[in-house]
Amino acid sequence: MAKYGMIVDITKCTGCYNCFLTCRDEFAGNEYPGYSAAQPITGMNWIRLIERERGQYPVVKVAYIPVTCMQCEDAPCIKVAQEKAVYERSDGIIIIDPVKAKGQKQIVSGCPYRVIEWNEEKQLPQKCTFCAHMLDQGEKVPRCVESCPTDALIFGDLDDPESEISKLLASGATEVLHPEFGMKEKVRYISLPKKFIAGTVIYGDVDEVAVGLTVKLSSNGDSLSTKTNGFGDFEFEGLADNIDYNLVIEAPGYKSRSIKVKTMKDVSLGEIVLKK
Amino acid sequence: MAEQVYTQCTVGGPVKVYVENGVIKRMRPIIFDDNDKGGWTIEAKGKKFSDPRRTTLNPYVVGERMRVYSENRIKYPYRRKNFNPNGERHPELRGKDEYVRISWDEALDIVAGEIKRIRETYGPAAITAMASSHHNWGLLYYKMGPYPRFYNILGYTELLDNPDSWEGWHWGAIHAWGYYWKLGHSDNFDILGDALQNTEQVMFWSVDPNTSAGGYCAQDTTIWRHWLRELGIQRVFIDPYCNATAAHVGEKWIALRPGTDAAMAEAIAYVWINEGTYDKWFVENRTVGFEQFKAHIVGEDDGIPRTPHWAARICDVPAHTITALAREWAAKKTMLACGAMYGTGGACRSAYATEWARLMVLLIAMQGLGKPGVNIWGGVGMGAPLDFNFNMPGYASAGWDAFATVAKHPAFPDRNTVTQKVYRILLPEAILNPPIHWHGEGFCGQYFDQNLKPMTYPEPGPNGAEIKMIHRHGGSFISTMTDTSRWVRMYQSPKLEFVVMQDCHWQSETRFGDVILPASTNFEHMDLSEWTAAGGYGHGNAGTNHRVMIFQHKCIDPLWESKPDWQIYRALADRLGFLEEYDEGNSEEEWMRKIFDYSDLPKHISYEDFKKKGYFVVPLPDDYKPTVSNRWFYEGRPCDTPDPLNPNLGTDRSHLLATYSGKIEFVSESLTKFDDNDKERPPLPRYIPSWEGYNTRKLTKKYPLQMITPHVRFSYHTHHDNKNIWLEDIPQHRIKKDGYSWWPVRIHPLDAEKRDICHGDIVKVYNDRGAVLGIAFVTERIRPGTIHSYQAGAKYDPLEPGNPGSIDKGGCMNLLTPSRLISKNAPGMANNSCLVEVCKWEV
Repeated sequence: MAKYGMIVDITKCTGCYNCFLTCRDEFAGNEYPGYSAAQPITGMNWIRLIERERGQYPVVKVAYIPVTCMQCEDAPCIKVAQEKAVYERSDGIIIIDPVKAKGQKQIVSGCPYRVIEWNEEKQLPQKCTFCAHMLDQGEKVPRCVESCPTDALIFGDLDDPESEISKLLASGATEVLHPEFGMKEKVRYISLPKKFIAGTVIYGDVDEVAVGLTVKLSSNGDSLSTKTNGFGDFEFEGLADNIDYNLVIEAPGYKSRSIKVKTMKDVSLGEIVLKK
Repeated sequence: MAEQVYTQCTVGGPVKVYVENGVIKRMRPIIFDDNDKGGWTIEAKGKKFSDPRRTTLNPYVVGERMRVYSENRIKYPYRRKNFNPNGERHPELRGKDEYVRISWDEALDIVAGEIKRIRETYGPAAITAMASSHHNWGLLYYKMGPYPRFYNILGYTELLDNPDSWEGWHWGAIHAWGYYWKLGHSDNFDILGDALQNTEQVMFWSVDPNTSAGGYCAQDTTIWRHWLRELGIQRVFIDPYCNATAAHVGEKWIALRPGTDAAMAEAIAYVWINEGTYDKWFVENRTVGFEQFKAHIVGEDDGIPRTPHWAARICDVPAHTITALAREWAAKKTMLACGAMYGTGGACRSAYATEWARLMVLLIAMQGLGKPGVNIWGGVGMGAPLDFNFNMPGYASAGWDAFATVAKHPAFPDRNTVTQKVYRILLPEAILNPPIHWHGEGFCGQYFDQNLKPMTYPEPGPNGAEIKMIHRHGGSFISTMTDTSRWVRMYQSPKLEFVVMQDCHWQSETRFGDVILPASTNFEHMDLSEWTAAGGYGHGNAGTNHRVMIFQHKCIDPLWESKPDWQIYRALADRLGFLEEYDEGNSEEEWMRKIFDYSDLPKHISYEDFKKKGYFVVPLPDDYKPTVSNRWFYEGRPCDTPDPLNPNLGTDRSHLLATYSGKIEFVSESLTKFDDNDKERPPLPRYIPSWEGYNTRKLTKKYPLQMITPHVRFSYHTHHDNKNIWLEDIPQHRIKKDGYSWWPVRIHPLDAEKRDICHGDIVKVYNDRGAVLGIAFVTERIRPGTIHSYQAGAKYDPLEPGNPGSIDKGGCMNLLTPSRLISKNAPGMANNSCLVEVCKWEV
């Protein structure tokens, strides 16, 4: 028996919304008795995309973070449901019974990820089912996974050590979106955006970019270093939130620069001009 | 009834269509099975890259069933209430009139009657007709099939397309490197493999394949941009906007002012010349005119050396960054990603865009076009290993009669007795204020000088006539053509006696019709096609991982009273007495069978099997050898790419390009011959300040912001917006507020703050041409001083319907763009040379 999970690779998500639109295509106006009632023809978002713009002009990145039911092993929606209206199948998929759950609005607010939505017309809480109705027919992946053009959504059997998803899990590269909820989510992420500090170093006297110059970043107990590239740009990525850093740039013959930066947000320092 | 699964195709990818009880329930991409071939693996830098074993879909066709069943479908034939073909026509009410439902017989009788009357009164040249791209898909029964065959047999004034998406390449680059049969952009044979193996850096110059490659090619190549990152190939984006691809894989964003790209290009050349970091051998052996170019760049001709400091003031990019860009480019094997169908970032649709496109060719020439890892790579969206020798007509292979390859009597090019032509981008002027003059016969792919041919409408002499009737077949010029209130005024002119709108949906232009004919979508009839293939001028330009032939099954019956276009034109041909010539007695499927037999499909699969399976993936021959574009030219040997339209093949010039000299021309010999005194497109290209740019003082006082309107991401032109309502839940497409779905206007925080505009405010974007409302999207992704708003919003929603000067609420930004063309001899659109102001709109 398989145990299904999913990994979302943020580096591959381009914000194309195929997953979102495909989910609508599968469920809007289409019911699957025993699995899910039909979504209304529009308005529900069983998978949604968070768009996060990072940095300041002209050093800007965008991360797209798909969010859907995390298929938690320790699911709060199961706990707040009455009459066992929400349950976990043996393959790990969490289902809201489309008959038993009627009227149970508290199931919606039971989810801290807010991935359960209220179908007003049917008076039902609804969420992603990992397309269980399709998997039970022998299909290999949910429709969102099928529609993703870059394979940013990786679906598979957590109980099979040879599956791609298991190997990725074992590599330690994945994390949960909100670890503080402690719900043992079976949907995990690779490369969730952290914070970056970036800048461009210029030799002020000759007005040229500084190529190959070492830039150091330090905080309490952390010491990083990188080199500027052919554009004079440097970047420190994957930094933690709200840390006080000290950035130091030294070049022979120039006054060294020391800049304090706090990662309350991604910081594009712009041009740092070295003077003699 | 049990579920049935059909195969179909769209502009955004082929689909499997699931039908239950006669209703389309869902559509999915095609996942290949073990029998499908066409697989390839490229080995590069110790890694292997293989084709994904499936097709992809572009987002706007994922919910295609919503478009098929949209409430915006035209359900019945209509006659405009105040239009009486036998009495008062009231053209001034077009755009603000009501519609009366009529029967098909009545509708077709009016149309046929008007065609007869106008021909008899004014001559056949008084009728024109035009289709758009791409409200449907299919080789035979869609764009180049029913209406052009009908009108070519009947005789009509051909409405020539301007090369809308890649203007500067067509009117400019042809004069640098030839490739006129590709309409100015290069081919991209086997460039993917070359790039993965040899390239160290890609310059994405005014190109956004994540947005625009999807038109035709879905998202097949998105993964390629990810492969570049995997291989550590540096990715630089030059664009006023941090576009969707830059946001995905960009490492460096150089945000220059719109319209100043040619200046940056000249400065790059300056650095290379000054530092000697260009391919001197290539320049000496494969180009002409370099000495004159060099003298110009260093300032010997006009005393202005094109230094990075000179360009910095123009582009508003620091000189040290421009210098670094030039040095990085020269130091690494670099692909220049621009041009091709994906030259849609904006720089090629601006004032004097010819100069930028020509300079792109010249820059890559200075680094050795065609040597390993160095080429022009159309948007990083073409160049997979594909067998282009497999014969299947693309939709443009036979020109304006898709049946011509197999018809007993082709209707193109010779059947049309009318020689008069009119030009799409100048149509309002042609109707309202003739005569008009321009150069070039639309898509000038037949011979080199075709883009220089002087044209006049009306045609002088007895065969010319002013146009009295327009038959519009799908789509909307409102929101895609520049200064589109001109179309409103045009339609309201009494000079147009009769207007027919034939479409599947109510588009922005539909309500200007006198008679409206409801057409079915391609899901409601059968057809066949190749995914993405234009054929003809688009030969060899497949931007997908496979060549896939599709048998387009009929999935459902025509909805409401709609009819397939083919049936509409058959009915008209019948009333006009030429049905037998029109369909040659063949049924729909008989024509399809002829195309099948004509193609190479029978060598691989029977008709019955093709029909049953619904698709065929073209295999790669076992002995497939990559032939990289322009490598033959670099190496000085005959062209070996599968490019059958290359006129030099089989001649003693087969190792040369199609320019006059056969080489890349720093000084264009064709332009020297044509008009060596043309200051707007001189033989030697250069930056020319825009007539509506950052420095146009007489305008910037009132309208200080530049606006760019690149191709829309979540619609194909106007064909998906306002039809598939799910798109309105994508914030980068439309944002709901106060019960309306607004079109985003992207503005930098500094510009927003000056104007007291917050993210989510309704704003008015305006200039002397008009005013459009949108919703402010405050973002760091656009440079200060510039506004970004996609073009092709499909909801023309004037606050005062029928008033051409009304404010539009729906987001048709092209109401604001200039009708002035790229330059006096280059009649291309310049959408991105546009000055506006923005203010909060509080109503």
